[in-house]
Amino acid sequence: MTSLAEHDHADAAAHALAAGDAMLPRPYRVVRTRQDTRDTVTLQLEPVDGVPLKFSAGQFTMLHAFGVGEVPISISGDPTKEGLLEHTIRNVGSVSGALVAAAPGTILAVRGPFGTGWDVSDGMGGDVVFITGGIGLAPLRPAILELLANREKYNRVALLYGARTPDDILFGDELRKWADLLGIVVEVTVDSGPHSWRGRVGLVTQLIPRIAFDPANTVALVCGPEVMMRACATALRGRGVPAASIRLSMERNMKCGVGLCGHCQLRELFICVDGPVLTYERLAPLMSRWEL
Amino acid sequence: MQTIEEYLPEHPFFAGLDQPTLELLAGCATNVHFDANEVLFHEGDQADTFYIVRKGLIAIQVQSPSAGGVVVDTAEAGGVVGWSWLVPPYRWMFDARASEPTSAVAFDGACLRGKCESDPAVGYALMQRVARVMLDRLEAARLRLIDMYGSSS
Ligand SMILES: Cc1cc2nc3c(=O)[nH]c(=O)nc-3n(C[C@H](O)[C@H](O)[C@H](O)COP(=O)(O)OP(=O)(O)OC[C@H]3O[C@@H](n4cnc5c(N)ncnc54)[C@H](O)[C@@H]3O)c2cc1C
Ligand code: FES
Repeated sequence: MTSLAEHDHADAAAHALAAGDAMLPRPYRVVRTRQDTRDTVTLQLEPVDGVPLKFSAGQFTMLHAFGVGEVPISISGDPTKEGLLEHTIRNVGSVSGALVAAAPGTILAVRGPFGTGWDVSDGMGGDVVFITGGIGLAPLRPAILELLANREKYNRVALLYGARTPDDILFGDELRKWADLLGIVVEVTVDSGPHSWRGRVGLVTQLIPRIAFDPANTVALVCGPEVMMRACATALRGRGVPAASIRLSMERNMKCGVGLCGHCQLRELFICVDGPVLTYERLAPLMSRWEL
Repeated sequence: MQTIEEYLPEHPFFAGLDQPTLELLAGCATNVHFDANEVLFHEGDQADTFYIVRKGLIAIQVQSPSAGGVVVDTAEAGGVVGWSWLVPPYRWMFDARASEPTSAVAFDGACLRGKCESDPAVGYALMQRVARVMLDRLEAARLRLIDMYGSSS
């Protein structure tokens, strides 16, 4: 196993320095909150110092709830517009619980943005497939909005989205708008639904054989729990999409966010700086020991 | 509209079967249509039909003591519904209902079983395809059990 000492710290330290005062949190005020689902809330934040945060789709911040702690959360807002910082957070524990409970006016601390982006523009001139499950739609949303700002530069675009139940579907109004007005094939599936549910039931992976795209000329962006991403990557490879064209967003526990502490290590990778977005080409060899 | 013989080779379930076999199986088939909300069959009913979906969406539903009717799967164009016609006691284990206007090809279960028994090669080819569908559903059920979307909190 690669030890922390063996990791190339020069890159990581350079990254940390380039990030300037990346370890210094900036205060942000909660301006608006939106309850998206039973356990998920979107926060809109404004910087107290008035300087907006520039970010690339796919990047995350370290979001700090005072007195509780700090966690990595992807940015879910529109990277093509300067405005409020948006985060969509699912309540799974103490820090995320405090964040979803933050009322307008609450001051939170933000570090970042950190990490690699989706680089959806690499798909220009070809097809783009977004595949996501659960809260994974939130980190993909900025890439979708970036693509939509230049929709005509892409060919076929599809979004495959799986949720546990119809009540867990995020951004329902936007999904309809993207499908109806903006020329995206949006296919939604759930694990199970009530008697009244008229939509599809099944796994998101089962949608992959159903959509039309040119595998050799497709960029696939996949975001969700690892078991889902693995199943999707396998299905995409099965349709002939090159491993280098499949991008996954990895999650690991994080502390510093800038490649210094080693908390987010996955073999020779530090997910906070080498990721979170990585190609399947890079991740596949690590897959057998992925859970380590 | 295509005849059943013309359509069968296009359906993924029948991919790879030769023309004489398809003609043999088409002899057990009729075209059917269901309106939105129309029930195909109820749990416990005699299972005497096998459906392949041409267009639309069919919901597979089970009765849950706590939640009432729960849709646990759907079948759409290219999908199939039902294998209870294959093994005794030939009773449906779930309800099936059209979620939207749906066209399908319905095969008579007893007729299919007869063809399988009189021509084991046809029977084997059919069993392989049914086993594929069962395997896919089993894998999907397992993935759902481990909570694919990490959202059970
Ligand atoms: C790069 C990156 C981007 C992320 N983006 C988002 C986002 O946009 N929205 C969002 O809601 N969450 C996101 N997460 C996950 C988020 O960071 C965790 O949910 C959070 O750290 C949990 O902390 P907690 O104190 O609330 O829960 P804890 O008390 O630490 O844990 C509570 C439970 O949640 C589980 N858990 C902890 N961390 C994770 C995790 N990363 N993934 C799944 N389960 C976890 C634990 O196993 C435990 O069962 C992201 C994580 C990373 C690494
Ligand atoms: S090295 Fe500290 S979180 Fe990645």
